[in-house]
Amino acid sequence: MWSNIPLFPEQASTIAGQIDGLFAFLVGVSLFFGGLICAVLVYCALRYRRRSEDERPLPIHGNLRLELLWTGVPLALAMVMFFWGANLYIANARPPANALEILAVGKQWMWKFQHPAGAREINELHVPLGHPVKITLASEDVIHSVYIPAFRVKMDAVPGRYTTVWFEATKTGTFHLFCAEYCGTSHAAMIGRVVVMTPSEYERWLSGGAAQESPVAAGERLFEQLGCPTCHRMDGTGRGPTLAGLFGQTQRLQTGETVVVDEAYVRESILLPNAKVATGYTPAMPTFQGQISEDGLFQIIAYIRSLSSDKRR
Amino acid sequence: MHDASVAPPHTHYLNANYGVKSWLLTTDHKRIALLYLASLTLFFFLGGAFAVLIRLELLTPQGDMVQSETYNKLFTMHGIIMIFFFLVPSIPAVLGNFLVPIMLGARDLAFPRLNLLSWYVYTIGGLFTLVAIVSGGVDTGWTFYTPYSSTYANSHVILTALGIFITGFSSILTGLNFLVTTHTMRAPGMTWSRLPLFMWAHYATSLIMVLGTPVLAITIVLVALERAFRIGIFDPTLGGDPVLFQHLFWFYSHPAVYIMILPGMGVISEVIACFARKRIFGYDFVAFSSVAIAVLGFFVWGHHMFVSSQSPYAGLVFSFLSFLVAIPSAVKVFNWTATLYRGSIAYNAPMIYAMGFIGLFTIGGLTGLFLATLAVDIHVHDTYFIVAHFHYIMVGGMVMAYLGGLHFWWPKITGRMYPENLARLAAIIIFIGFNLTFFPQFLLGYLGMPRRYHFYPEEFQVLNVMSSAGASILGVGYLIPMIYFLWSMRYGAPAPANPWQATGLEWNTSSPPPTANFHTPPVVTEEAYAYGPQEVHVD
Repeated sequence: MWSNIPLFPEQASTIAGQIDGLFAFLVGVSLFFGGLICAVLVYCALRYRRRSEDERPLPIHGNLRLELLWTGVPLALAMVMFFWGANLYIANARPPANALEILAVGKQWMWKFQHPAGAREINELHVPLGHPVKITLASEDVIHSVYIPAFRVKMDAVPGRYTTVWFEATKTGTFHLFCAEYCGTSHAAMIGRVVVMTPSEYERWLSGGAAQESPVAAGERLFEQLGCPTCHRMDGTGRGPTLAGLFGQTQRLQTGETVVVDEAYVRESILLPNAKVATGYTPAMPTFQGQISEDGLFQIIAYIRSLSSDKRR
Repeated sequence: MHDASVAPPHTHYLNANYGVKSWLLTTDHKRIALLYLASLTLFFFLGGAFAVLIRLELLTPQGDMVQSETYNKLFTMHGIIMIFFFLVPSIPAVLGNFLVPIMLGARDLAFPRLNLLSWYVYTIGGLFTLVAIVSGGVDTGWTFYTPYSSTYANSHVILTALGIFITGFSSILTGLNFLVTTHTMRAPGMTWSRLPLFMWAHYATSLIMVLGTPVLAITIVLVALERAFRIGIFDPTLGGDPVLFQHLFWFYSHPAVYIMILPGMGVISEVIACFARKRIFGYDFVAFSSVAIAVLGFFVWGHHMFVSSQSPYAGLVFSFLSFLVAIPSAVKVFNWTATLYRGSIAYNAPMIYAMGFIGLFTIGGLTGLFLATLAVDIHVHDTYFIVAHFHYIMVGGMVMAYLGGLHFWWPKITGRMYPENLARLAAIIIFIGFNLTFFPQFLLGYLGMPRRYHFYPEEFQVLNVMSSAGASILGVGYLIPMIYFLWSMRYGAPAPANPWQATGLEWNTSSPPPTANFHTPPVVTEEAYAYGPQEVHVD
């Protein structure tokens, strides 16, 4: 219903309507209290205006019941807002397991996307309608932020770590993609568009472009190029742990702690190999900081991850 | 209306001695307040000039007036100047400096020379920042987010940061002075429960200044060190964490929001009581809510970081606490409104500002709830919604209160009346201009226009044009008081000791007060705001 009123942004994702519902509630509460204050203000301003310079109205010291009322009622309403907002936030915090996984790198001043099948694009993101899409974000330089107003989603791309954002589009069409975190001179030019297509159109779009290497294949090539297999042998006889079947497992460290092998851990182990050394191994690995781009990291991680899913199959 | 026969006393703090030296080496808190007033006014109009250029550029969707680099410097310097060199010092350094000792019945602040030092420190910090501006400016945004500020920016980050670092100490000195003065120099009979609410607000503000500002100083030093020596605190390629900066920065900068609004709330309490001729409804609740805001304000910084990759659980806690900190502000608004009930309300300019404050602060506060709500903040974070929200608090709130307070105490400060009708007109122009400037920005933000954009998609133009039109009205509104205040210093009608028939020790001494503040040391025998016909005071 909101979409008929031009003052409201387009709703094009599964959560947009939910956010707008809560927004409308907040507007309602604000109108009520804002209106109440204004009404009392205007009433008093007219009713009790000074009629003679000698007026000395009787003092009123206060009223405990009123104080409790206007502390309690706003507090109760605030708690409704908190729980409503927190619920929506938590419910949408984790992407569904079947989400299409897209890798995104922000850099001054563009967005680079890579689809699981290999298609790459810049400042433009094609996604299928009615299917959850998870974007893993990285940054090559400063902090950026993916913002798609029509989907009501936003997430910072923070250098040095991975963040994720997900949505499920409910409308085909073209929508704004903004960088929302100030990132330097051409921040305002770090914009693009999200193109939502029907699943069949999306498939056609994917197969339409020149054939491109999938992240897994690119990652395998990079893995070889950087000489990783010298130590990380598939059969486990190398100086470093085998990576087959490792992703998703819980790894015991030299310190006795454990860590789940996920994107963040693999990334850290490539860039800061001595930070968390697996038990039974020496901290012998050199750092690859500065030798590998954010795209390259994404691809190697995709490759290492594929070594685990292959095994399960 | 004003009793012109009461001439200003022969000697007062303004004519006690003359000459540049008598001002630049003064330890009189009243003169220092005027030194601050002059420097703050310069910075206010400089920051305002940057705002004018920003609004001119945003008239059209294309970035056709200045280059992106220049635009980024404009909004950065607007923010830095307005926040660190105007809003943070504004009411405390001018009205607070003038009034705190007088309201307590003291001769001066506890450390008069530290007070003078604070003005020099402020001025030196300001000069550093001005040099940074003149030599090319800075483009990091007033928030200095890393690693942009520490590694990537090609502008005068260190120089500007140094200016802010230095100025921070003036804030700490002022806060310290107010705290010690309030504890040790109250006149006989001035118990804590008799303190004017202006004093409670300044006490709470001082707490934040003393506890929070050092964290900002440390953070700024770390940015400068990383920029100069690559020490690796915030830049991940050096092993640092960029989000750590945000935690440190907002640990000061959120409480700083309360540094910027609490003194305004203190002014509003005084003005409303006077022009409604009523004691403030629920004095204890209004006084205590200032302290509650100061304390709770230190635990909500993470609500600036809901999409920063901070843990979602931290987000939940910060959201919850942010809702709590909204309650004391709501309590104040309700009590001010209730104060009007059965009052005797006069509409002098200070009262128009105060009522404008209540309306605008209410809108600012209510839209703060939107930002505390996790799911909604994800959408409006870093859009024009937040720009509108904090301008409603900072400009609609603090600047209105500052102007209201300046009018209210102008007769006391200068011994001259300002032209009342012109002042009323200016207040109304400012109110209208302000709303036209900033209300459309709420809509822009909800529609999805990000902040700090030099150019923008065409569909946002209509609302931007409205906003720029409003800004031109607002600009004119700010120039009018500037002109008639200057005029009134020479030509204004001489002010009687108590032109508003207000209560409070400052109105029991002559206008302007003598250097020692009182002709005979005051003794307090009643509560604040004894406006009633024959109030019975029970201790």
